[in-house]
Amino acid sequence: MRLKRALLGLLVVVLLGAAAFFYLVRQPALPAGQPPPPASFDATLIARGAELAMLGNCNTCHTKDNGRVYAGGRPLMTPFGAIYATNITPDVDTGIGSWSEAAFVRAMSRGVRRDGQHLYPAFPYDHFTRVSTDDLRALYAFLITREPVQAQTPANALPFPWSWRALIAGWKALYFRPGEFKADPTLSAELNRGAYLVEGLAHCGACHTPRNRLGAQQNDRYLGGGEIDGWHAPALNSSSTAPVAWTREQLFTYLRQGYVAPHGVAAGPMQAVANNLSAVAEADVKAIAAYIAAIVGRGTAGQQPNAPTPGAPAPGDQDQKSAEGATIYAGACALCHEPTGQQFSARGIELTTSKLITMPDARNLAHVILEGIKPPLASPAALMPGFGDVLTDHQVAALMVYLRRSFSQQPAWPGLEDSVRQARHSATEP
Amino acid sequence: MLTLNVNGQPHQVDGDEATPLLYVLRGDLGLNAAKFGCGLGQCGACTVLLDDKPVLSCLTPIAVAKQRQITTLEGLGGHDGPGPVQRAFIAEQAAQCGFCIAGMIMRAEALLRRNSAPSEAEIRAHMTTNLCRCGTHMRILAAVRRAAQMVRSAATDAAHAQEARR
Repeated sequence: MRLKRALLGLLVVVLLGAAAFFYLVRQPALPAGQPPPPASFDATLIARGAELAMLGNCNTCHTKDNGRVYAGGRPLMTPFGAIYATNITPDVDTGIGSWSEAAFVRAMSRGVRRDGQHLYPAFPYDHFTRVSTDDLRALYAFLITREPVQAQTPANALPFPWSWRALIAGWKALYFRPGEFKADPTLSAELNRGAYLVEGLAHCGACHTPRNRLGAQQNDRYLGGGEIDGWHAPALNSSSTAPVAWTREQLFTYLRQGYVAPHGVAAGPMQAVANNLSAVAEADVKAIAAYIAAIVGRGTAGQQPNAPTPGAPAPGDQDQKSAEGATIYAGACALCHEPTGQQFSARGIELTTSKLITMPDARNLAHVILEGIKPPLASPAALMPGFGDVLTDHQVAALMVYLRRSFSQQPAWPGLEDSVRQARHSATEP
Repeated sequence: MLTLNVNGQPHQVDGDEATPLLYVLRGDLGLNAAKFGCGLGQCGACTVLLDDKPVLSCLTPIAVAKQRQITTLEGLGGHDGPGPVQRAFIAEQAAQCGFCIAGMIMRAEALLRRNSAPSEAEIRAHMTTNLCRCGTHMRILAAVRRAAQMVRSAATDAAHAQEARR
C-alpha cells in the first residue's frame, strides 16, 4: 500500500517534470531598475490602486503579525509546507523596488517573478490573471509609491520536490488558464462587476473553493467550501449549510461591517476581508454581494432555520457528552445567546441561526469557543470572550455535541475532539 | 454535591452545576474579592485563576472547575501579608474606586506566572481584557511592570539563598 502510494507520488513528480519541460521551464528575467518617483504617477491612479489593494486583500497575506504593512513575512501554511508572503514594498533589495511595471503585471497575470522564476500558486495568480491591465497598473502605481521597508522574506519551508520551482511550470500547464476576465453580455453591469471582482482581485475562491492534492482549485466545486489557516472557508454555493438563506442585502452588510443579524460575525480569517471591504467603494461591495447572492449562492435560497430538537436522545456516549455540554451551555453561553428579548450590549446571535453549528467542519465553532470573537472594526457586534482557558478539549467537545444536537438538524460531527485539538493548536501558532 | 479546590483548600459545594463560579465564591464561600461587574464576560472584574490561567468566573460554570485549582485574590495574600503583585499595586496606588482591581491583579498574576519578563506590548495585550472605568490604566500598567520586577528579584533571591545553602 505504502509502496503503491510512493510509486504514485513518483509518477506524479515525473509527469509534472515532463510537463514542466514542455511548458517552458523558465521565463526571461526582466531588467532590474529603481522605483519610479512618486511624482511620475497621477494621484488619482495611486488612489485607485489603494482601493484595489484593499479589494485584493494584499495586506492580509503580505503583512506579518505586528509587522509593517506590505513588508511580507507571514507564512501561508499549505499542505506542502510554509510559503512566506513576500515584501511588496518598493525596497530595492528585499522588496519589489527593482520591478518595472511590466514585471509587476507579468507577476500578477502570469505568476512569474521579475527574475523569471515561477511563483508558487499560494500567490493566487490564477485569480489575478483575470484582472484588467489598467487595474494592475493602478495597483503598481500604489505599491511602488509606498514607503520602502527593508525586510528580508524568510525562505520557504518546503521539502523536495516542492522546493523545486521548475515544478510550478508543470502545475501551470495542468491547471493555470491565464487571461483577463470576459464580461457576460447577458448579465447586468453590476453582476459583471461583481464577477470581475470575485473571480479576479478579491480571489474569494482561493479560500472558499476546495483544492486537489496538488493544491489546485477544484473548479467543478467552485466556491464549494475550502480551507485557510486552520479554519474552514464555508461553501458559498448551493452546498452551503447556512441555516438561514443569505440575501444580497445581508451579504452586503456582512462584507461591509463584518456582522449581520441573524448570521453573525465575520470571525477568523474572514474578519480581515471585512475590515478591508469597509474601506472601499460601497458600489463594489454591493456588486460582490449581488454576484455571490444571485449567481453563486442561488442554492441556499429557501432553506429554513433549523428548529431546535429537544429530547430525541441518540445512543450512549453522545448522550453523556450532550448532558455535560448542556450544563456548560447553561452556565457559560445562555446568558448572552438565549433569546430572552432583552437588549444589552453583549447580546449574541440566536444559535438556531448560527452558520457555524450547521457547518460540515467543526473547527470554526471550536475556534470561536476557544478564542472568542473580537468584533470587526466597523461592526456593532458584541465581544465574545474566549473559553480556551476555561474549558478543556473534552469540555469544548461536549459543549459542541450539545450545540450541534440542540441547534441544528445535522448529524453528529465525527472526530470532534481531534477538531478541537487542531483548532487549539492552530490558534497558538504564530 | 461537588468539591472545588479554592486557594489550596477543598470546599464541598451544593447546587446546580451550571452555577457561575463567581456566585459560589461570593455567595457560598465568602470570598468577595472577585467582583460582579457586568455578568456577561465583558469587563473582567470577576477574573480568577483556573489552573494558573485567567478566567471570567461569571461565565465559568462550577461543573468545569471540578478537579482543577482555583485561585482568587485572597489566595495571593491578605492584609497582613500581601503577595508581590498586590504589593506592587499598593506601591503604585493603582486603584481609584478599586472595583476592577481584584480582577486586574489576578490577570496580571496569570501573566507573571507564565512569563516574569513580559515586554510592554505583552503586558498591554494581556491586560486588554479587563476594563477600568476610572481611567487608572497608566498606574495599573506601572504596577504590572513593578510586579514583574519584584517577581524576578524574588526568584533571584531564592536562587541565591539556595546557592548559599549548598
